[in-house]
Amino acid sequence: MSDGTLHLPAAASLRRPLVLGPGARRAVILALLAAGWELYARWLGNSLLLPTFLETLGALWSETLNGELPQRVWASLEVLLTGYAIGIVLAAVITALAVLTRWGESLLSLLTSMFNPLPAIALLPIALLWFGIGSSSLVFVIVHAVLWPLALACHAGFRAVPPTLRMAGRNIGLSGPSYVFALLVPAALPSILSGLRLGWAFAWRTLIAAEMVFGASARSGGLGWFIFTNRAQLETANVFAGLLTVILIGLAVETLVFATLNRVTVRRWGQES
Amino acid sequence: MPAESRVPPPTAGKPARRSAPTALAVDHVTLRYATSAGIVTAVEDVSFTIGTGERLALLGPSGCGKSTLLRAVGGFLKPASGEIRLGGLPVKGPGPDRMVVFQEFDQLLPWRTVAGNIAFALRRARGLSRAEAHAVALDWAGRVGLAKFADAYPHTLSGGMKQRVAIARAFAVQPAILLMDEPFAALDALSRRRMQDELLGLCEETGATCLFVTHAIDEALHVGTRVLVLSPHPGRIAAEYEVSEATRRGTAPFGLLEAEIQARLFAGSRGADEGGSDHEDDHV
Repeated sequence: MSDGTLHLPAAASLRRPLVLGPGARRAVILALLAAGWELYARWLGNSLLLPTFLETLGALWSETLNGELPQRVWASLEVLLTGYAIGIVLAAVITALAVLTRWGESLLSLLTSMFNPLPAIALLPIALLWFGIGSSSLVFVIVHAVLWPLALACHAGFRAVPPTLRMAGRNIGLSGPSYVFALLVPAALPSILSGLRLGWAFAWRTLIAAEMVFGASARSGGLGWFIFTNRAQLETANVFAGLLTVILIGLAVETLVFATLNRVTVRRWGQES
Repeated sequence: MPAESRVPPPTAGKPARRSAPTALAVDHVTLRYATSAGIVTAVEDVSFTIGTGERLALLGPSGCGKSTLLRAVGGFLKPASGEIRLGGLPVKGPGPDRMVVFQEFDQLLPWRTVAGNIAFALRRARGLSRAEAHAVALDWAGRVGLAKFADAYPHTLSGGMKQRVAIARAFAVQPAILLMDEPFAALDALSRRRMQDELLGLCEETGATCLFVTHAIDEALHVGTRVLVLSPHPGRIAAEYEVSEATRRGTAPFGLLEAEIQARLFAGSRGADEGGSDHEDDHV
Protein backbone atom coordinates (compact mmCIF):
# COMPACT_ATOMS: atom_id res chain seq x y z
CA MET A 1 0.00 0.00 0.00
CA SER A 2 2.62 2.51 1.09
CA ASP A 3 5.03 1.13 -1.53
CA GLY A 4 3.81 3.75 -3.95
CA THR A 5 4.90 6.59 -1.71
CA LEU A 6 8.25 4.99 -0.96
CA HIS A 7 9.21 4.93 -4.62
CA LEU A 8 8.45 8.61 -5.17
CA PRO A 9 11.37 10.99 -5.72
CA ALA A 10 12.92 12.31 -2.51
CA ALA A 11 11.63 15.86 -3.05
CA ALA A 12 8.05 14.66 -3.29
CA SER A 13 8.23 12.41 -0.25
CA LEU A 14 9.74 15.19 1.91
CA ARG A 15 6.61 17.24 1.63
CA ARG A 16 4.43 14.32 2.61
CA PRO A 17 3.45 13.60 6.20
CA LEU A 18 5.61 11.00 7.89
CA VAL A 19 4.53 7.52 6.76
CA LEU A 20 5.60 4.71 9.06
CA GLY A 21 5.66 1.01 8.30
CA PRO A 22 3.57 -1.37 10.43
CA GLY A 23 6.65 -2.34 12.48
CA ALA A 24 7.45 1.28 13.28
CA ARG A 25 3.84 2.02 14.18
CA ARG A 26 3.89 -0.90 16.61
CA ALA A 27 7.11 0.35 18.18
CA VAL A 28 5.63 3.82 18.68
CA ILE A 29 2.50 2.41 20.31
CA LEU A 30 4.57 0.18 22.59
CA ALA A 31 6.76 3.12 23.61
CA LEU A 32 3.68 5.22 24.40
CA LEU A 33 2.16 2.43 26.50
CA ALA A 34 5.42 1.98 28.41
CA ALA A 35 5.71 5.74 29.00
CA GLY A 36 2.11 5.91 30.22
CA TRP A 37 2.73 3.00 32.57
CA GLU A 38 5.92 4.61 33.92
CA LEU A 39 4.27 8.00 34.52
CA TYR A 40 1.16 6.57 36.15
CA ALA A 41 3.19 4.27 38.43
CA ARG A 42 5.43 7.17 39.49
CA TRP A 43 2.41 9.35 40.19
CA LEU A 44 0.79 6.49 42.19
CA GLY A 45 4.03 5.92 44.10
CA ASN A 46 3.07 2.51 45.44
CA SER A 47 5.37 -0.20 44.10
CA LEU A 48 3.44 -2.89 46.02
CA LEU A 49 0.40 -2.22 43.86
CA LEU A 50 2.05 -1.13 40.65
CA PRO A 51 5.81 -1.08 40.13
CA THR A 52 7.09 1.31 37.48
CA PHE A 53 8.02 0.10 34.00
CA LEU A 54 11.71 0.56 34.74
CA GLU A 55 11.46 -1.35 38.03
CA THR A 56 9.77 -4.18 36.16
CA LEU A 57 12.50 -4.20 33.56
CA GLY A 58 15.07 -4.27 36.37
CA ALA A 59 13.32 -7.23 37.99
CA LEU A 60 13.13 -8.97 34.63
CA TRP A 61 16.84 -8.40 34.13
CA SER A 62 17.93 -9.58 37.57
CA GLU A 63 15.63 -12.61 37.59
CA THR A 64 16.97 -13.54 34.18
CA LEU A 65 20.57 -13.14 35.30
CA ASN A 66 20.15 -15.20 38.47
CA GLY A 67 18.71 -18.01 36.35
CA GLU A 68 15.35 -18.15 38.10
CA LEU A 69 13.23 -16.87 35.23
CA PRO A 70 14.88 -18.88 32.41
CA GLN A 71 14.43 -22.03 34.47
CA ARG A 72 10.72 -21.26 34.99
CA VAL A 73 10.29 -20.46 31.32
CA TRP A 74 11.93 -23.69 30.33
CA ALA A 75 9.75 -25.68 32.77
CA SER A 76 6.63 -24.09 31.26
CA LEU A 77 7.74 -24.51 27.65
CA GLU A 78 8.63 -28.16 28.21
CA VAL A 79 5.12 -28.95 29.44
CA LEU A 80 3.57 -26.72 26.81
CA LEU A 81 5.40 -28.27 23.87
CA THR A 82 4.62 -31.80 25.09
CA GLY A 83 0.92 -31.01 25.38
CA TYR A 84 0.90 -29.12 22.08
CA ALA A 85 2.58 -31.98 20.23
CA ILE A 86 0.20 -34.60 21.68
CA GLY A 87 -2.74 -32.32 20.86
CA ILE A 88 -1.59 -32.00 17.23
CA VAL A 89 -1.20 -35.77 16.83
CA LEU A 90 -4.66 -36.45 18.29
CA ALA A 91 -6.21 -33.69 16.18
CA ALA A 92 -4.63 -35.24 13.09
CA VAL A 93 -6.07 -38.66 13.96
CA ILE A 94 -9.57 -37.32 14.66
CA THR A 95 -9.53 -35.14 11.54
CA ALA A 96 -8.40 -38.09 9.42
CA LEU A 97 -11.28 -40.17 10.81
CA ALA A 98 -13.70 -37.33 10.15
CA VAL A 99 -12.49 -36.87 6.58
CA LEU A 100 -12.52 -40.58 5.79
CA THR A 101 -15.74 -41.79 7.42
CA ARG A 102 -19.21 -40.51 8.20
CA TRP A 103 -19.00 -41.90 11.71
CA GLY A 104 -15.76 -40.05 12.23
CA GLU A 105 -17.37 -36.85 11.02
CA SER A 106 -20.25 -37.23 13.48
CA LEU A 107 -17.78 -38.08 16.23
CA LEU A 108 -15.74 -34.96 15.55
CA SER A 109 -18.69 -32.61 15.36
CA LEU A 110 -20.24 -34.06 18.51
CA LEU A 111 -17.03 -34.04 20.53
CA THR A 112 -16.06 -30.54 19.46
CA SER A 113 -19.49 -29.15 20.23
CA MET A 114 -19.30 -30.79 23.64
CA PHE A 115 -15.74 -30.01 24.61
CA ASN A 116 -14.91 -26.81 22.75
CA PRO A 117 -17.01 -24.62 25.07
CA LEU A 118 -15.59 -26.36 28.15
CA PRO A 119 -12.67 -24.32 29.52
CA ALA A 120 -9.62 -26.52 29.84
CA ILE A 121 -8.99 -25.22 33.32
CA ALA A 122 -12.31 -26.69 34.44
CA LEU A 123 -10.85 -30.13 33.81
CA LEU A 124 -7.98 -29.53 36.17
CA PRO A 125 -9.67 -31.07 39.25
CA ILE A 126 -10.32 -34.24 37.24
CA ALA A 127 -6.77 -34.17 35.92
CA LEU A 128 -5.41 -33.85 39.46
CA LEU A 129 -7.57 -36.77 40.54
CA TRP A 130 -6.39 -38.96 37.69
CA PHE A 131 -2.77 -37.95 37.26
CA GLY A 132 -1.92 -36.34 40.59
CA ILE A 133 0.02 -33.15 41.01
CA GLY A 134 2.69 -32.93 38.34
CA SER A 135 3.29 -32.22 34.74
CA SER A 136 0.99 -35.03 33.51
CA SER A 137 -2.04 -33.11 34.74
CA LEU A 138 -0.81 -29.97 33.02
CA VAL A 139 -0.21 -31.86 29.78
CA PHE A 140 -3.74 -33.27 30.02
CA VAL A 141 -5.41 -29.89 30.23
CA ILE A 142 -3.17 -28.47 27.49
CA VAL A 143 -4.08 -31.34 25.16
CA HIS A 144 -7.71 -30.55 25.82
CA ALA A 145 -7.09 -26.87 25.08
CA VAL A 146 -5.33 -27.59 21.76
CA LEU A 147 -7.18 -30.60 20.42
CA TRP A 148 -10.71 -29.32 19.77
CA PRO A 149 -10.08 -25.95 18.15
CA LEU A 150 -7.32 -27.48 16.01
CA ALA A 151 -9.41 -30.46 14.89
CA LEU A 152 -12.30 -28.14 14.09
CA ALA A 153 -10.11 -25.82 12.01
CA CYS A 154 -8.44 -28.72 10.14
CA HIS A 155 -11.75 -30.35 9.34
CA ALA A 156 -13.21 -27.06 8.10
CA GLY A 157 -10.09 -26.62 5.97
CA PHE A 158 -10.39 -30.05 4.35
CA ARG A 159 -14.06 -29.56 3.65
CA ALA A 160 -13.40 -26.22 2.00
CA VAL A 161 -11.05 -27.66 -0.65
CA PRO A 162 -12.79 -26.78 -3.95
CA PRO A 163 -14.31 -29.74 -5.81
CA THR A 164 -12.55 -28.71 -9.02
CA LEU A 165 -9.18 -28.86 -7.29
CA ARG A 166 -10.04 -32.30 -5.90
CA MET A 167 -10.99 -33.54 -9.37
CA ALA A 168 -7.85 -32.02 -10.89
CA GLY A 169 -5.80 -33.89 -8.30
CA ARG A 170 -7.46 -37.24 -8.94
CA ASN A 171 -7.18 -36.55 -12.66
CA ILE A 172 -3.38 -36.49 -12.56
CA GLY A 173 -3.40 -39.77 -10.65
CA LEU A 174 -3.36 -38.77 -6.99
CA SER A 175 -5.08 -41.28 -4.72
CA GLY A 176 -4.88 -42.50 -1.13
CA PRO A 177 -1.97 -41.02 0.84
CA SER A 178 -0.64 -39.01 -2.11
CA TYR A 179 -4.08 -37.44 -2.53
CA VAL A 180 -4.14 -36.46 1.13
CA PHE A 181 -0.58 -35.20 1.46
CA ALA A 182 0.02 -33.72 -2.00
CA LEU A 183 -3.42 -32.18 -2.39
CA LEU A 184 -5.70 -31.97 0.65
CA VAL A 185 -3.14 -30.94 3.26
CA PRO A 186 -1.54 -28.10 1.27
CA ALA A 187 -4.97 -26.97 0.08
CA ALA A 188 -6.22 -26.87 3.68
CA LEU A 189 -3.04 -25.29 5.02
CA PRO A 190 -4.51 -21.82 5.61
CA SER A 191 -7.08 -23.31 8.00
CA ILE A 192 -4.56 -25.69 9.55
CA LEU A 193 -2.17 -22.81 10.25
CA SER A 194 -4.85 -20.67 11.85
CA GLY A 195 -5.91 -23.70 13.92
CA LEU A 196 -2.32 -24.17 15.09
CA ARG A 197 -2.14 -20.50 15.98
CA LEU A 198 -5.38 -20.65 17.94
CA GLY A 199 -4.30 -23.88 19.64
CA TRP A 200 -1.01 -22.33 20.68
CA ALA A 201 -2.72 -19.32 22.23
CA PHE A 202 -5.22 -21.52 24.08
CA ALA A 203 -2.47 -23.84 25.32
CA TRP A 204 -0.34 -20.96 26.57
CA ARG A 205 -3.21 -19.34 28.49
CA THR A 206 -4.35 -22.64 29.95
CA LEU A 207 -0.86 -23.50 31.10
CA ILE A 208 -0.25 -20.23 32.91
CA ALA A 209 -3.64 -20.47 34.60
CA ALA A 210 -3.17 -24.12 35.55
CA GLU A 211 0.27 -23.51 36.96
CA MET A 212 -1.18 -20.99 39.38
CA VAL A 213 -3.47 -23.63 40.83
CA PHE A 214 -0.66 -25.92 41.79
CA GLY A 215 3.00 -26.45 41.24
CA ALA A 216 3.72 -26.13 44.91
CA SER A 217 4.86 -29.70 45.24
CA ALA A 218 6.19 -29.95 41.73
CA ARG A 219 9.55 -28.41 42.61
CA SER A 220 10.18 -27.19 39.11
CA GLY A 221 7.13 -24.94 38.81
CA GLY A 222 6.73 -22.92 35.65
CA LEU A 223 6.04 -19.29 34.85
CA GLY A 224 2.56 -19.33 36.34
CA TRP A 225 3.94 -20.60 39.59
CA PHE A 226 6.65 -17.95 39.47
CA ILE A 227 3.98 -15.26 39.18
CA PHE A 228 1.88 -16.81 41.92
CA THR A 229 4.66 -17.24 44.49
CA ASN A 230 6.03 -13.74 43.88
CA ARG A 231 2.60 -12.28 44.48
CA ALA A 232 2.41 -14.20 47.75
CA GLN A 233 5.75 -12.71 48.71
CA LEU A 234 4.61 -9.23 47.63
CA GLU A 235 7.42 -9.07 45.07
CA THR A 236 5.14 -7.16 42.74
CA ALA A 237 7.93 -6.15 40.34
CA ASN A 238 8.68 -9.84 39.83
CA VAL A 239 4.99 -10.54 39.21
CA PHE A 240 5.03 -7.95 36.46
CA ALA A 241 8.31 -9.33 35.14
CA GLY A 242 6.65 -12.75 34.91
CA LEU A 243 3.62 -11.32 33.10
CA LEU A 244 5.90 -9.45 30.74
CA THR A 245 7.72 -12.71 30.01
CA VAL A 246 4.42 -14.42 29.17
CA ILE A 247 3.63 -11.61 26.74
CA LEU A 248 7.12 -11.58 25.22
CA ILE A 249 7.11 -15.33 24.58
CA GLY A 250 3.64 -15.08 23.02
CA LEU A 251 4.78 -12.24 20.76
CA ALA A 252 8.00 -14.04 19.83
CA VAL A 253 6.20 -17.24 18.82
CA GLU A 254 3.59 -15.25 16.92
CA THR A 255 6.03 -13.13 14.93
CA LEU A 256 8.91 -15.57 14.53
CA VAL A 257 7.13 -18.88 14.05
CA PHE A 258 3.59 -18.31 12.81
CA ALA A 259 4.14 -15.11 10.84
CA THR A 260 7.12 -16.73 9.10
CA LEU A 261 5.19 -19.90 8.32
CA ASN A 262 2.37 -17.76 6.99
CA ARG A 263 4.70 -15.70 4.81
CA VAL A 264 6.51 -18.61 3.16
CA THR A 265 3.32 -20.56 2.53
CA VAL A 266 -0.19 -19.23 2.33
CA ARG A 267 0.63 -15.57 1.67
CA ARG A 268 3.00 -16.51 -1.15
CA TRP A 269 0.30 -18.73 -2.64
CA GLY A 270 -2.37 -16.06 -2.36
CA GLN A 271 -4.34 -18.30 0.00
CA GLU A 272 -4.40 -16.03 3.02
CA SER A 273 -7.85 -16.01 4.53
CA MET B 1 -31.41 -43.92 -30.18
CA PRO B 2 -33.71 -41.27 -31.65
CA ALA B 3 -34.18 -41.55 -35.38
CA GLU B 4 -33.13 -37.97 -36.09
CA SER B 5 -29.74 -38.40 -34.47
CA ARG B 6 -27.96 -39.12 -37.72
CA VAL B 7 -28.61 -36.05 -39.74
CA PRO B 8 -27.12 -35.95 -43.21
CA PRO B 9 -24.21 -33.51 -43.21
CA PRO B 10 -25.14 -30.06 -44.45
CA THR B 11 -24.15 -29.14 -47.96
CA ALA B 12 -21.04 -27.30 -46.86
CA GLY B 13 -19.73 -30.14 -44.67
CA LYS B 14 -17.47 -32.82 -46.06
CA PRO B 15 -18.28 -36.50 -45.69
CA ALA B 16 -17.35 -38.14 -42.39
CA ARG B 17 -13.79 -39.28 -41.76
CA ARG B 18 -14.66 -42.63 -40.30
CA SER B 19 -11.34 -44.32 -41.11
CA ALA B 20 -9.52 -43.29 -37.89
CA PRO B 21 -9.39 -45.94 -35.14
CA THR B 22 -11.80 -45.36 -32.27
CA ALA B 23 -10.20 -43.63 -29.30
CA LEU B 24 -13.26 -43.28 -27.10
CA ALA B 25 -16.58 -45.10 -27.23
CA VAL B 26 -19.62 -43.97 -25.27
CA ASP B 27 -22.02 -46.88 -25.47
CA HIS B 28 -25.70 -46.40 -24.51
CA VAL B 29 -24.76 -44.39 -21.47
CA THR B 30 -27.36 -43.13 -19.01
CA LEU B 31 -26.26 -40.87 -16.17
CA ARG B 32 -28.23 -40.12 -13.04
CA TYR B 33 -27.43 -38.24 -9.89
CA ALA B 34 -29.24 -37.70 -6.64
CA THR B 35 -30.36 -34.26 -5.52
CA SER B 36 -32.52 -33.17 -2.60
CA ALA B 37 -35.48 -33.17 -5.00
CA GLY B 38 -34.88 -36.79 -6.02
CA ILE B 39 -32.96 -38.61 -8.69
CA VAL B 40 -32.26 -36.60 -11.82
CA THR B 41 -31.52 -38.21 -15.15
CA ALA B 42 -28.86 -35.99 -16.67
CA VAL B 43 -28.13 -38.02 -19.80
CA GLU B 44 -30.30 -40.70 -21.36
CA ASP B 45 -29.01 -43.49 -23.61
CA VAL B 46 -26.28 -41.55 -25.38
CA SER B 47 -23.91 -43.28 -27.78
CA PHE B 48 -21.07 -41.89 -29.86
CA THR B 49 -17.47 -42.61 -30.70
CA ILE B 50 -14.47 -40.37 -31.16
CA GLY B 51 -11.78 -41.38 -33.62
CA THR B 52 -8.10 -40.82 -32.92
CA GLY B 53 -7.17 -37.26 -33.84
CA GLU B 54 -10.78 -36.18 -33.99
CA ARG B 55 -12.17 -33.20 -32.07
CA LEU B 56 -15.74 -33.77 -31.01
CA ALA B 57 -17.64 -30.75 -29.77
CA LEU B 58 -20.52 -31.60 -27.45
CA LEU B 59 -22.95 -28.73 -27.86
CA GLY B 60 -26.09 -28.04 -25.91
CA PRO B 61 -27.95 -25.58 -23.72
CA SER B 62 -27.34 -25.58 -19.99
CA GLY B 63 -29.00 -28.53 -18.31
CA CYS B 64 -28.50 -30.93 -21.20
CA GLY B 65 -26.02 -32.96 -19.16
CA LYS B 66 -23.01 -32.30 -21.38
CA SER B 67 -20.70 -31.49 -18.46
CA THR B 68 -22.01 -34.51 -16.55
CA LEU B 69 -21.23 -36.64 -19.57
CA LEU B 70 -17.70 -35.24 -19.73
CA ARG B 71 -17.23 -35.97 -16.02
CA ALA B 72 -18.36 -39.54 -16.60
CA VAL B 73 -15.78 -39.88 -19.38
CA GLY B 74 -13.26 -38.42 -16.94
CA GLY B 75 -14.14 -41.22 -14.52
CA PHE B 76 -15.58 -38.99 -11.79
CA LEU B 77 -19.07 -40.42 -12.21
CA LYS B 78 -20.26 -43.98 -12.89
CA PRO B 79 -22.89 -44.47 -15.59
CA ALA B 80 -26.22 -45.80 -14.31
CA SER B 81 -26.21 -47.99 -17.40
CA GLY B 82 -24.07 -48.37 -20.49
CA GLU B 83 -20.33 -48.30 -20.78
CA ILE B 84 -17.55 -45.84 -21.61
CA ARG B 85 -14.48 -47.36 -23.22
CA LEU B 86 -11.12 -45.75 -23.82
CA GLY B 87 -8.99 -47.64 -26.35
CA GLY B 88 -11.35 -50.58 -25.94
CA LEU B 89 -11.03 -50.78 -22.14
CA PRO B 90 -13.85 -49.69 -19.82
CA VAL B 91 -13.26 -46.49 -17.86
CA LYS B 92 -13.04 -47.34 -14.14
CA GLY B 93 -12.01 -44.05 -12.52
CA PRO B 94 -10.13 -40.82 -13.07
CA GLY B 95 -6.73 -41.05 -14.70
CA PRO B 96 -4.15 -39.02 -16.58
CA ASP B 97 -4.96 -40.81 -19.85
CA ARG B 98 -7.97 -38.45 -19.92
CA MET B 99 -6.69 -35.05 -18.86
CA VAL B 100 -9.50 -32.64 -18.05
CA VAL B 101 -9.45 -28.86 -18.45
CA PHE B 102 -12.22 -27.48 -16.25
CA GLN B 103 -14.11 -24.25 -16.62
CA GLU B 104 -13.26 -23.09 -13.09
CA PHE B 105 -10.03 -21.22 -12.49
CA ASP B 106 -9.25 -23.05 -9.24
CA GLN B 107 -8.10 -26.22 -10.96
CA LEU B 108 -4.42 -25.28 -10.50
CA LEU B 109 -2.54 -26.07 -7.31
CA PRO B 110 -2.15 -22.62 -5.69
CA TRP B 111 1.02 -23.67 -3.88
CA ARG B 112 2.87 -24.54 -7.08
CA THR B 113 4.16 -22.17 -9.72
CA VAL B 114 3.10 -22.31 -13.37
CA ALA B 115 6.03 -24.59 -14.22
CA GLY B 116 5.51 -26.43 -10.93
CA ASN B 117 1.90 -27.23 -11.74
CA ILE B 118 2.80 -28.68 -15.13
CA ALA B 119 5.87 -30.48 -13.80
CA PHE B 120 3.97 -32.03 -10.89
CA ALA B 121 1.39 -33.49 -13.27
CA LEU B 122 4.19 -34.84 -15.45
CA ARG B 123 5.92 -36.49 -12.50
CA ARG B 124 2.69 -38.05 -11.22
CA ALA B 125 1.19 -39.01 -14.55
CA ARG B 126 4.18 -39.86 -16.71
CA GLY B 127 6.69 -40.74 -14.01
CA LEU B 128 9.26 -38.25 -15.26
CA SER B 129 12.17 -37.30 -13.03
CA ARG B 130 12.16 -33.89 -11.39
CA ALA B 131 14.63 -32.45 -13.91
CA GLU B 132 12.93 -33.95 -16.98
CA ALA B 133 9.52 -32.80 -15.78
CA HIS B 134 10.80 -29.29 -15.20
CA ALA B 135 12.31 -29.09 -18.68
CA VAL B 136 9.12 -30.32 -20.36
CA ALA B 137 7.07 -27.98 -18.17
CA LEU B 138 9.14 -24.96 -19.22
CA ASP B 139 8.74 -25.97 -22.86
CA TRP B 140 4.96 -26.14 -22.47
CA ALA B 141 4.76 -22.90 -20.52
CA GLY B 142 6.52 -21.33 -23.51
CA ARG B 143 4.17 -22.94 -26.02
CA VAL B 144 1.15 -21.33 -24.35
CA GLY B 145 2.97 -17.98 -24.18
CA LEU B 146 3.76 -18.08 -20.47
CA ALA B 147 7.55 -18.48 -20.61
CA LYS B 148 7.99 -15.29 -18.57
CA PHE B 149 5.50 -16.50 -15.97
CA ALA B 150 6.98 -19.94 -15.39
CA ASP B 151 7.88 -19.05 -11.80
CA ALA B 152 4.66 -17.14 -11.04
CA TYR B 153 2.07 -18.48 -8.62
CA PRO B 154 -1.45 -18.99 -10.02
CA HIS B 155 -3.04 -16.25 -7.90
CA THR B 156 -0.94 -13.65 -9.71
CA LEU B 157 -2.29 -14.71 -13.13
CA SER B 158 -5.38 -13.58 -15.01
CA GLY B 159 -8.20 -16.02 -15.74
CA GLY B 160 -7.05 -16.54 -19.30
CA MET B 161 -3.50 -17.24 -18.18
CA LYS B 162 -4.72 -19.78 -15.62
CA GLN B 163 -6.66 -21.58 -18.35
CA ARG B 164 -3.51 -21.57 -20.50
CA VAL B 165 -1.62 -23.27 -17.69
CA ALA B 166 -4.36 -25.87 -17.32
CA ILE B 167 -4.29 -26.47 -21.08
CA ALA B 168 -0.50 -26.72 -21.10
CA ARG B 169 -0.65 -29.18 -18.20
CA ALA B 170 -3.23 -31.30 -20.01
CA PHE B 171 -1.27 -31.36 -23.29
CA ALA B 172 2.08 -31.98 -21.56
CA VAL B 173 0.81 -35.20 -20.00
CA GLN B 174 0.01 -36.48 -23.53
CA PRO B 175 -3.30 -38.12 -22.67
CA ALA B 176 -5.14 -40.50 -24.99
CA ILE B 177 -7.90 -37.90 -25.09
CA LEU B 178 -8.24 -34.31 -23.88
CA LEU B 179 -11.48 -33.46 -22.09
CA MET B 180 -12.42 -29.79 -22.12
CA ASP B 181 -15.33 -28.68 -19.97
CA GLU B 182 -16.25 -25.21 -21.30
CA PRO B 183 -12.70 -24.06 -20.61
CA PHE B 184 -13.27 -20.57 -22.00
CA ALA B 185 -16.78 -19.93 -20.68
CA ALA B 186 -15.59 -17.69 -17.86
CA LEU B 187 -13.34 -15.56 -20.09
CA ASP B 188 -14.12 -12.27 -21.78
CA ALA B 189 -15.08 -12.43 -25.46
CA LEU B 190 -11.72 -11.25 -26.80
CA SER B 191 -9.65 -13.70 -24.76
CA ARG B 192 -12.09 -16.45 -25.66
CA ARG B 193 -11.54 -15.92 -29.39
CA ARG B 194 -7.78 -15.86 -29.00
CA MET B 195 -7.73 -18.94 -26.76
CA GLN B 196 -9.91 -20.87 -29.21
CA ASP B 197 -7.40 -20.16 -31.97
CA GLU B 198 -4.47 -21.07 -29.75
CA LEU B 199 -6.14 -24.32 -28.69
CA LEU B 200 -6.88 -25.14 -32.31
CA GLY B 201 -3.22 -24.52 -33.15
CA LEU B 202 -2.02 -26.84 -30.38
CA CYS B 203 -4.51 -29.54 -31.36
CA GLU B 204 -3.48 -29.45 -35.00
CA GLU B 205 0.19 -29.39 -34.08
CA THR B 206 -0.03 -32.38 -31.74
CA GLY B 207 -2.86 -34.25 -33.48
CA ALA B 208 -4.59 -34.51 -30.10
CA THR B 209 -7.92 -36.29 -29.72
CA CYS B 210 -10.36 -34.01 -28.01
CA LEU B 211 -13.81 -33.96 -26.42
CA PHE B 212 -14.88 -30.36 -26.10
CA VAL B 213 -18.01 -29.37 -24.18
CA THR B 214 -19.54 -25.98 -24.92
CA HIS B 215 -22.83 -24.12 -25.05
CA ALA B 216 -21.63 -21.70 -27.75
CA ILE B 217 -22.48 -22.73 -31.30
CA ASP B 218 -19.69 -20.72 -32.91
CA GLU B 219 -17.16 -22.19 -30.49
CA ALA B 220 -18.31 -25.73 -31.23
CA LEU B 221 -18.06 -25.14 -34.98
CA HIS B 222 -14.71 -23.40 -34.68
CA VAL B 223 -12.95 -25.87 -32.39
CA GLY B 224 -14.58 -29.18 -33.34
CA THR B 225 -14.13 -31.40 -36.37
CA ARG B 226 -17.52 -32.84 -35.54
CA VAL B 227 -20.37 -31.36 -33.53
CA LEU B 228 -22.86 -33.36 -31.50
CA VAL B 229 -25.95 -31.43 -30.45
CA LEU B 230 -27.60 -32.53 -27.20
CA SER B 231 -31.19 -31.77 -26.27
CA PRO B 232 -31.90 -31.09 -22.60
CA HIS B 233 -33.83 -32.81 -19.77
CA PRO B 234 -32.53 -35.45 -20.05
CA GLY B 235 -29.64 -35.04 -22.46
CA ARG B 236 -30.03 -36.96 -25.72
CA ILE B 237 -28.27 -36.65 -29.03
CA ALA B 238 -30.41 -34.44 -31.24
CA ALA B 239 -28.14 -33.96 -34.24
CA GLU B 240 -24.67 -34.42 -35.57
CA TYR B 241 -22.68 -32.21 -37.94
CA GLU B 242 -19.37 -32.59 -39.69
CA VAL B 243 -17.19 -29.51 -39.74
CA SER B 244 -14.44 -28.89 -42.27
CA GLU B 245 -12.15 -26.18 -43.52
CA ALA B 246 -15.00 -24.94 -45.72
CA THR B 247 -17.11 -24.19 -42.64
CA ARG B 248 -14.43 -22.40 -40.61
CA ARG B 249 -15.34 -19.19 -38.84
CA GLY B 250 -15.81 -16.23 -41.16
CA THR B 251 -17.02 -18.24 -44.15
CA ALA B 252 -20.57 -18.09 -45.45
CA PRO B 253 -21.22 -21.83 -44.82
CA PHE B 254 -20.20 -21.25 -41.18
CA GLY B 255 -23.02 -18.76 -40.78
CA LEU B 256 -25.51 -21.06 -42.47
CA LEU B 257 -24.53 -23.97 -40.27
CA GLU B 258 -24.67 -21.81 -37.17
CA ALA B 259 -28.19 -20.67 -38.04
CA GLU B 260 -29.28 -24.21 -38.72
CA ILE B 261 -27.98 -25.48 -35.39
CA GLN B 262 -29.54 -22.52 -33.64
CA ALA B 263 -32.90 -23.42 -35.13
CA ARG B 264 -32.46 -27.08 -34.20
CA LEU B 265 -31.43 -26.25 -30.64
CA PHE B 266 -34.58 -24.25 -30.10
CA ALA B 267 -36.79 -26.84 -31.78
CA GLY B 268 -34.95 -29.62 -29.93
CA SER B 269 -35.28 -28.05 -26.53
CA ARG B 270 -39.01 -27.54 -26.94
CA GLY B 271 -39.52 -31.13 -28.05
CA ALA B 272 -37.30 -32.52 -25.33
CA ASP B 273 -39.05 -30.60 -22.59
CA GLU B 274 -42.28 -32.38 -23.41
CA GLY B 275 -40.64 -35.76 -23.82
CA GLY B 276 -38.35 -35.21 -20.87
CA SER B 277 -41.11 -34.86 -18.30
CA ASP B 278 -42.46 -38.30 -19.22
CA HIS B 279 -39.06 -39.81 -18.68
CA GLU B 280 -38.49 -38.15 -15.40
CA ASP B 281 -41.73 -39.69 -14.15
CA ASP B 282 -40.26 -43.09 -15.04
CA HIS B 283 -37.27 -42.65 -12.76
CA VAL B 284 -38.45 -40.66 -9.79
